[in-house]
Amino acid sequence: MEYKRTEIMQDVFLTYLPAKKFKTSYLSAHFIAPLRAETASLNALLPAVLHRGTVRCPDMERLSAAMDRLYGAQIDYTVRKKGERQCVGFVASVIDDAFAPRGERLLEPTAALLGELLLDPVTRGGRFLSEYVDSEKTNLIDALRSVRNDKREWADLRLMQEMCGDEPYGVRRLGDEESAAKIHNRKLYQHSRELMSTSRLELYYCGSAEERRVTEALLHAFAALPRGVVEPLPEMRRYAAPQQPRFVTEQMDVTQGKLSMGFRCGSDDVPALIMANLMFGGSSNSKLFLNVREKLSLCYYASSSYARSKGILTVSSGIETKDYDRALEEILRQLQAVQQGQWEDWELTGARSTMLSSLTAMTDGQGSMENWFLGQNATGETETPQELAARLMEVTPQRIMAAAESIALDTVYFLKGKEGV
Amino acid sequence: MEKIHYPRIGERVHWYRLKNGLPVCIVPRKGFARKYALFATRYGGMDLRFELNGRWLDTPAGIAHYLEHKMFDTEEGNALQELAKNGAEPNAFTSNAITVYYFDSTEKFEENLEILLSFVSVPYFTDESVAKEQGIIGQEIGMIEDNPEWVVYKHLMQALYENSPARVSVAGSVESIAQITAQTLYDCHKAFYVPANMCLVLVGDVDEQAAIAIAERVLPKESGTVIERDYGAEESLLPYEKEVRCAMEVSMPTFLAGFKCPAAPEGQERMRNNIIGELACDVLLGDSSPLFARLYAQGLVNGSFASSYDLLPGVAYVSVGGDSNDPYAVTRAILDEAKRLVAEGIDEDYFQRILRANFGTAIKALNSFEAIAVTVAEGCFNRYDPYRFPELYDTVTAQDLLDFIRENIVEERMALSIIDPKEEQNDESND
Repeated sequence: MEYKRTEIMQDVFLTYLPAKKFKTSYLSAHFIAPLRAETASLNALLPAVLHRGTVRCPDMERLSAAMDRLYGAQIDYTVRKKGERQCVGFVASVIDDAFAPRGERLLEPTAALLGELLLDPVTRGGRFLSEYVDSEKTNLIDALRSVRNDKREWADLRLMQEMCGDEPYGVRRLGDEESAAKIHNRKLYQHSRELMSTSRLELYYCGSAEERRVTEALLHAFAALPRGVVEPLPEMRRYAAPQQPRFVTEQMDVTQGKLSMGFRCGSDDVPALIMANLMFGGSSNSKLFLNVREKLSLCYYASSSYARSKGILTVSSGIETKDYDRALEEILRQLQAVQQGQWEDWELTGARSTMLSSLTAMTDGQGSMENWFLGQNATGETETPQELAARLMEVTPQRIMAAAESIALDTVYFLKGKEGV
Repeated sequence: MEKIHYPRIGERVHWYRLKNGLPVCIVPRKGFARKYALFATRYGGMDLRFELNGRWLDTPAGIAHYLEHKMFDTEEGNALQELAKNGAEPNAFTSNAITVYYFDSTEKFEENLEILLSFVSVPYFTDESVAKEQGIIGQEIGMIEDNPEWVVYKHLMQALYENSPARVSVAGSVESIAQITAQTLYDCHKAFYVPANMCLVLVGDVDEQAAIAIAERVLPKESGTVIERDYGAEESLLPYEKEVRCAMEVSMPTFLAGFKCPAAPEGQERMRNNIIGELACDVLLGDSSPLFARLYAQGLVNGSFASSYDLLPGVAYVSVGGDSNDPYAVTRAILDEAKRLVAEGIDEDYFQRILRANFGTAIKALNSFEAIAVTVAEGCFNRYDPYRFPELYDTVTAQDLLDFIRENIVEERMALSIIDPKEEQNDESND
């Protein structure tokens, strides 16, 4: 897979991913900000307000009309959490010029619209339109509240709040309700100027166009970007698990209980931890899936995931409230099995080929490639999927056991159903 | 083998028919590392009553989905595991009308294909394994019953339909699945998992001759027949109940309104029908509709607002909903806007824009192997060619959409499902 990252303006980087096999061109722009409780909701609200209208297309109807004319180009705002970074911006997808029935060029107008959305918002008296700020603020608060609707997401979120409450990592992707409620127009507008002039901007393109054409279209679209002194991002710190794990139990009126567990990984051997996680609960061939779910029928779902930039591993599972003790014990027993090297050969080869396969398949999706490189660029890494694949090939059972040994339980969160309901 | 070229969308499709009658569709994709295989049967959650060997069988709700779970069991162990060992990502789902099994792999495609074809065609159940699955599926049912989106949909179906199995949940209930035995599963497998009732779709840079040879070797030699099913007494176009309302643990009210539409025929007309229904939804309720802009600006709806036109066996409906603090105001506004459109007509420029946007969206969907495979399988079962959409778009007029809206988006056809947040329960005695 070809890949090239160039600084096309001061602190503006274009990652160019040429590919002719897709039906669409994919274009995105993200400001990289530190994840902080004080600014997370401001950052999350900003693209939603920007998405309401530009000087040229000042309301949703005219904006949608512009996108409809580009054969249903989609430009959506995104707010992503990558380690302790918050990436705020827009993602555009438009059909490749080859399929435009009248041979229109679609890349340039799409890039222009993307630039307009970020840099040329509709304003009144040097502020955003207050009706847009108010309604998007309500939507943001509703979105923050609605996590409660999905109990799995809720339990995983509560675990993170309990476990990483004092770290930037414990801040939610969209911030919190209380800070969101305090946002007002002037503050948001000021923050917007600051974010845009002092953050690094990462641009991505994946599609059939030549690099020069893409660079020119983007330089044109982002010509008005204010550029000040770009602050270096704070370092992401890692912490050890406490001597005694913490246990938190809460109750809701639900049929199924949710058990979420958080671990800290002491080891720096990332490829070995990736393998340990896959064998433990990170695939449909993992110990959690095969033993806890399939063999013992203890959970409807039980899986683990590993956040490499923070060295945190989490387990997410859905269980009957009465099975709490058994499930907890069994999940820990499976981790112990990985630590002690109790696995069959196929578990290791299966885990490795699953991961290698998903790294290879990543090049088959424009969004998945962009998301990979954004994650790398936001957290200061530069690894390509192929490089990670090569490092995974070298991982030995001893390294997996050693890495797994460093995984220590930090916090257990249990959301239980009400008895007798 | 039949090769079909679709120059307007840059696609080629190769159709084969095996000796046992199974249609196999190959969508070649050069340059992709992934290869995708989907094996589908025209058997879904709504196929509860059918005729097997001259006898009408009534089967418990949720059985197609249950069968899907149990198909992965093989005499040697578990096919899911076998595929995962090869680095493939296997999965399956059951909808109202179909059950599909698929995998995605970058290596050992042929080996994986052989595993897929054999586990789906060779059933292996024991009473013990069937009983054990009741725990797992019971948990799954528990989980979806906590999901407000699912509950609001289920309630809407129960309000719209009196007799159609569309009102029955695809997963069934804890009580209904308790009646399932190994024997019922074998009966259903025999009835629906036959080449005459199935199709295979492969997407990617696959070796076609090798894949066809594997399918000829592994699959049963007998074609079987497409059996008769009964979807209940004919439905009136009026909803069974006007409104269903309940309370759950949600942060704000959520609603889904449904409009009963006449069932669509089979064949290319079904697809045209589908395009008209979808375009009508977009014109009236879509992201660039004046109605959505107004409701959004008034804070009556948010980004969760969405609509769709769905065709199920024997029934069809438009559904529209999302989070809202005032579902009645939203449904009122929808009905009024429908009346306005019918009275004033659709602006030609607006119609052309919507048409253009939909065409682009349909092109984009061709990026997804999953979407391609499922669309091809559904087209195969319902006898239409999904890749002929550019030609169909050419024939649709604003008047077609107006006719659809005039007939269907009216109060008499509407049912409403609402979920309210539960009162804060700091004090249990509030119950």
